[in-house]
Amino acid sequence: MTATLAPTLADTVTRGFARKRRMAFAIPAAILAYLVYAAISFDVASLVQRARFDNAAILLSDFWSHKTHVTRDNRTGKLTVAIEGESKGTYPPGMLPDWVSVSGNVTTIDLGTGHVVTYDDAGARMVVPGYGTIDIRPDGDKPVLTAPEPIPDWIAVAENRIGVTTPAGRFTYTRSKVETFRYQAGWELWFFTLDSPFYGKGFGELVALTTTGDRIDPLRSNLGYMVSEFWTNRMWRHGDVVWAIFETILMAFLGTMAAAIVALPLSFLAARNFMPLGPLRFAARRVFDFIRGVDGLIWTIILSRAFGPGPMTGAIAIAITDTGTFGKTFSEALENIDEKQVEGVRSTGANGLLRARFGVIPQITPVLLSQVLYYLESNTRSATVIGAIVGGGIGLLLTQAIITQKDWEEVAYYMVLIILMVMLMDSLSGWLRKKLIKGE
Amino acid sequence: MVDIAFGPERGKRPDLANNREAYMEMVRRKRMYGGLLLVIFVALMASGWMLADDRNAGGFWQGLHQVFEFPSEVFAEAWQKSANLPALFWKHLPALIETLNIAAVATLIGALAAMALSLLATRGLARWPRMIPVFRRTMDALRAVPEIVIALVLIYILGGGPVPAVIAIALHTGGALGKLFSEVAENADLKPVEGLASVGANWSQRMWLGVIPQVAPNWLSYALLRFEINVRASAILGFVGEGGIGHDLKLAMQWGQGRYDQVVAIFLLLFLAIVAIDRVSDHYRHKLVKGH
Repeated sequence: MTATLAPTLADTVTRGFARKRRMAFAIPAAILAYLVYAAISFDVASLVQRARFDNAAILLSDFWSHKTHVTRDNRTGKLTVAIEGESKGTYPPGMLPDWVSVSGNVTTIDLGTGHVVTYDDAGARMVVPGYGTIDIRPDGDKPVLTAPEPIPDWIAVAENRIGVTTPAGRFTYTRSKVETFRYQAGWELWFFTLDSPFYGKGFGELVALTTTGDRIDPLRSNLGYMVSEFWTNRMWRHGDVVWAIFETILMAFLGTMAAAIVALPLSFLAARNFMPLGPLRFAARRVFDFIRGVDGLIWTIILSRAFGPGPMTGAIAIAITDTGTFGKTFSEALENIDEKQVEGVRSTGANGLLRARFGVIPQITPVLLSQVLYYLESNTRSATVIGAIVGGGIGLLLTQAIITQKDWEEVAYYMVLIILMVMLMDSLSGWLRKKLIKGE
Repeated sequence: MVDIAFGPERGKRPDLANNREAYMEMVRRKRMYGGLLLVIFVALMASGWMLADDRNAGGFWQGLHQVFEFPSEVFAEAWQKSANLPALFWKHLPALIETLNIAAVATLIGALAAMALSLLATRGLARWPRMIPVFRRTMDALRAVPEIVIALVLIYILGGGPVPAVIAIALHTGGALGKLFSEVAENADLKPVEGLASVGANWSQRMWLGVIPQVAPNWLSYALLRFEINVRASAILGFVGEGGIGHDLKLAMQWGQGRYDQVVAIFLLLFLAIVAIDRVSDHYRHKLVKGH
């Protein structure tokens, strides 16, 4: 018997192996072919040329450092020192960072490691250790450069502009102004802005001020003053940022919960074992399909036309989109329940509502809760994107900061906050799931 | 012993002699907790909606009757110009294909990355068991970053086009699928792996021949689900950033009246594509997981 079976069996096995071997080559080949097609259609080759790696460098350096502009207006001789060159970060008159000193008309800027820039009436000088002195004086309209020959490529000389880039800082001279940038690590002014009485104080000094120090503002305690100075920090706007984060979480919470509340009763209509009427069931399912098919993007656009920008628009958009998803998953869960418990409740003479409450809901609660909690976490992320479209929450702040293309330290700050927020919601929903479904 | 079992306080012991009373007591307590939770939940929802309404530019009741105004305006205009629609479909088809390509490439790359990450992060299968927490935290971090953040930053560096969106979605997909893949791989039968190890197979051979065939149906099903999600994400990223049908939609919307026929054409294309993909992927997922 085995003798008669063996050839066909061997044949089948060999054929099976041959097919497997072909598949093992065909699938990677197909994937590769598709990726090559995609690379051509996405024009990856020209992307390398278009890529702005200098932008990447600016971005990365802004992520962990800040720059201070020391600018002299060559016409009026007025000197301004400003962090990131912003008016919000300008040092008030009479206040200078300790590496800038002014005596008469001479300004000395110590960039560290022996790099010193001097502005005076005749022009400006920069001393670079290991190279020499770069001397710039205006001759009529044009700046004239005197520096050791040959001029290295980190000194850019154009008709009306001379720029020097060193690791310690950048320096540019034009007819109208002379400007030095110094890069330093850290996010400056994160706690207090320059106009705040608490600026530049160490941790110990601040603790001393809150506990034993005299009141700076006689009307309120130093601690309260400090908190309000921090909260209303004009450079980093901590108060607004906290509100934005709260709005984003609020959108996700309201949207998810509203969707679950609306979808639960509707899902009974779409479940085969609760809706004997075929056409109605079909209609309910198509409604869910339609809602999911239209997609959050379109709902968001339509709703923001009606309700204007803000967190409520985002919450309603999330609620509508997820009603479709929840309706589908809840009705699937309803179709998979055990009928025996419903029978048991029916045998006590319970009506439809009571049967649903005591026979059905306890069975689907775990599925329901884990779905809702999963979506709560996922929607926190969506709420960031929806916020960027409807104009609310941290998504709006982030897109605004990116569009200005200069406040990258704020972008970095928001990114860190968003990631922390999502991770927090992730662990919160995981914790709740454990607590509620597995019973501690 | 009894004291330990029922807790030290005498008062908290259920009176087992009168079990009906004890049961009713338990039910009452459960109902009270349930009721309290419900009250808190309702209060949270009510105050939340009120606050959200407050901080919104337009109010809920003023906006409610306007919800259908904009769609009806759009559809009315499109209806008048319905002759244009087939041509517009044709015109925007390449953008739709680009959106689908972005999603497909990102899902593919993300899934390949997730395969490697998940095997490296699964107990019992990992190549370097000590590195498991590192790979897990990597996946967590990848999952936590919203696509839009990476996409917008990459647009600044790489310029416009579909590649920033692909990278952004692929990174997120790698993290999200990696977690699901790893949960599936945890339940894989280790006997084939041991068998392969006994004949001297190295790690990649053990994984390729011993684990992947077991988990492939579930992995594929998750990847298909992710593809559905990524098509939507790719459309949204197009709207916020650049590239694909989302961008076309944004341009047509910004133009406003006069191009509503385009808006409708793009909307219909996107709608049909999403419904079709949902259908096909649903069908295959059922087939993969349930085997029929």
